[in-house]
Amino acid sequence: MARQTMPAARQVAAGATKRMSGARALIECLDRVGVEVMFGHPGGAALPLYDALYDARQIRHVLVRHEQVAAHAAVGYHRVTGKVGVCMATSGPGATNLLTGITDAMMDSAGIVAITGQVSTLAIGTDAFQEADVMGMTMPITKHNCLVQTATDLPRIVLQCFLIAATGRPGPVLVDIPRDIAQTETEFEFPEQVTLRSGKVPPAVPSPNQIAAAAALLSQASRPIVYAGGGIISSNAAPELTAFACKARIPVTTTLMGKGGFPETDPLSLGMLGMHGTAYANFAINAADIILAVGVRFDDRVTGRLKDFAPQARFIHIDIDPAEIGKNKPAHVPIVGDAREALRVLAAQVTPPECEAWHRQIAEWKERHPLRYRQEGDTIKPQFAIDAIYRATKGQAIVVTDVGQHQMWAAQFYLSTQPRTWVTSGGLGAMGFGFPAALGAQMGRPDALVCAIVGDGGFQMTLQDLATAVEWGLPIKIYVINNKCLGMVRQWQQLFYRERYSHVMLQNPDFAKLAEAFGAVGIAVRRPEEVAPAIERSLEVTDGPCLVDVHCDPGENCYPMIPSGQSIKEMIIEGM
Amino acid sequence: MTTSVLDVLAGTPVPVRRMKHTISVLVDNTPGVLTKVSGLFRRRGYNIHSLAVGVTEQPTVSRMIIAVDGEPEVLEQIIKQLNKLIEVIKVNDVTGFSTVDRELALIKLNATPATRMEIMEICNVFRANVVDLTEKTMTLEVTGRSDKIDAILSLVQKYGIREMVRTGQVTLVRGTQPT
Repeated sequence: MARQTMPAARQVAAGATKRMSGARALIECLDRVGVEVMFGHPGGAALPLYDALYDARQIRHVLVRHEQVAAHAAVGYHRVTGKVGVCMATSGPGATNLLTGITDAMMDSAGIVAITGQVSTLAIGTDAFQEADVMGMTMPITKHNCLVQTATDLPRIVLQCFLIAATGRPGPVLVDIPRDIAQTETEFEFPEQVTLRSGKVPPAVPSPNQIAAAAALLSQASRPIVYAGGGIISSNAAPELTAFACKARIPVTTTLMGKGGFPETDPLSLGMLGMHGTAYANFAINAADIILAVGVRFDDRVTGRLKDFAPQARFIHIDIDPAEIGKNKPAHVPIVGDAREALRVLAAQVTPPECEAWHRQIAEWKERHPLRYRQEGDTIKPQFAIDAIYRATKGQAIVVTDVGQHQMWAAQFYLSTQPRTWVTSGGLGAMGFGFPAALGAQMGRPDALVCAIVGDGGFQMTLQDLATAVEWGLPIKIYVINNKCLGMVRQWQQLFYRERYSHVMLQNPDFAKLAEAFGAVGIAVRRPEEVAPAIERSLEVTDGPCLVDVHCDPGENCYPMIPSGQSIKEMIIEGM
Repeated sequence: MTTSVLDVLAGTPVPVRRMKHTISVLVDNTPGVLTKVSGLFRRRGYNIHSLAVGVTEQPTVSRMIIAVDGEPEVLEQIIKQLNKLIEVIKVNDVTGFSTVDRELALIKLNATPATRMEIMEICNVFRANVVDLTEKTMTLEVTGRSDKIDAILSLVQKYGIREMVRTGQVTLVRGTQPT
């Protein structure tokens, strides 16, 4: 059974009762579960909650300029710290502005708790001012949601929400608190611990028989590969994966969400697979005979046309969520459990398979189809800019991206070596995610170098929160890969819609001046030789955000590419 | 094999591997739980044939009996997804178990003094009760397995069914084994 045991009580002893308002009880609960940072925006129905927050001693509340930023920032915070991210908004428009961020958290299994104010209990259902059916709206986009109906229930519900967000496959949990409940003064009892029903907690220890079957299969493989995803990161299994792969000498490809789960600088790494993955990762997975899939969900951006994906392979699928196993591809050896524990046991049992020919084949693919770009002439190639960021930061930054071409180039050219240093919106692909998530990441890791690599399109969806970053003196580096268009959409229109460029060209503001207007440092670069010095300058800014507007070649396309719904046979390796 | 009303309405051809399953779901008796369960079916495109819900011997727990059409893989996904809902206590596919299955229907027919006796005869065979009678109508109450209700409906439809309501199937496993 999963338990959330409270750290030593800071203000009220667990089990003891104390008279206070619901709002105050909420803050007590946040304190108890160790919340240090939360992101939010006040409003009418949330007034009692914010009034209680006025007295909070432990929690730092970051006032964002738009609630969407609060949700994305909570995800960014969660990704880099592994702790539950918290965001808060008022009823109605406040809550609806959170929805994109909550959906992103659902798709990418990020443990966040969203707290929303709600109109008073008696007004619910009357179409009251700033009322929205937040429960109804968030049912399909949360791991769990609940409306607090009586004040006495509040501590148990809130503590349980934190437990649910963090247990098993993490996910977003929303708790909706009516205004009258927040204002009610009651004797609150804080439970010593809250528990979940045993059925809701996946087995931590995987079945020994299944592990033995997996080890036997892997030991006899002639073309084995590990396909590792975000589950490696959320289960903190990166060291175990590395130990396993190095012992078994099996190549590893990671998904977009799995970046950082295995060092991409390791010779066994194949980089990212899928639609814009490396050619050699895609060749390898489609030729493999045994695939060890860990913490992945066989997303369509990875598999393309399902029936043609890895046709000769047998799958060993490790996942903490039983519903993912067999969902898209049948698993020959299904293993339900924690990836970290499964890989630890598997590493002990596996005999390295004889597959020298396989390693030679992969080396040949790597040699023949490396990731590459040509930086020539006076225009900056976007890949060159990302490569320059990689070199200047020595691969040690926490990289947060938005969504689009720059995201794929960053995934390709910024090699990740450590878990929780790569933050991106994968499943939902939410433009506007990057900069807010970087804000959350920097709040969670104040001493780390946080680089937001964003596109000019996505950045304009949430850039108003430059004000927040300046206010908090967050030294985020914002690299705008500015191609004056919605590059990924433009690429698809070029390739699949007969170059009918429908509403993709952007007339942009001067981003550097805009940054300056917010009180940040702004730098604009237009020539290739200016890139490296500008990045160096940005790294010297330590007291607030620095934006580098990199004017890039607007016509550059992102390759390799497996067009949507197709297979390895249709892969476009290079467009040149 | 049962074709659902929705399939018929949508004109969807029903694949051969589809069969009707009966799933028993015990849930916390909290507001919103019915929406969560039905929303899950809607969102993932699963086709509910009928859904009956009511409180159990424990006041805090409700049981849903869901009759659903689907291929085995789809059924497996449904059960796994249901199990992930925090309010769901237990999911059991009781298809193929030895069960007691019942459904209740109220059927309001056009009935004249001339056709009454004929309808009464049908009622006797099906052990249906006449629960309302007017100059122009007769309302029957019939209880049984869903196919029995289908059978009486096919017999009485020639009189003209003015209105009808069915509860949806409820099921318990026979004997000491829990449902």
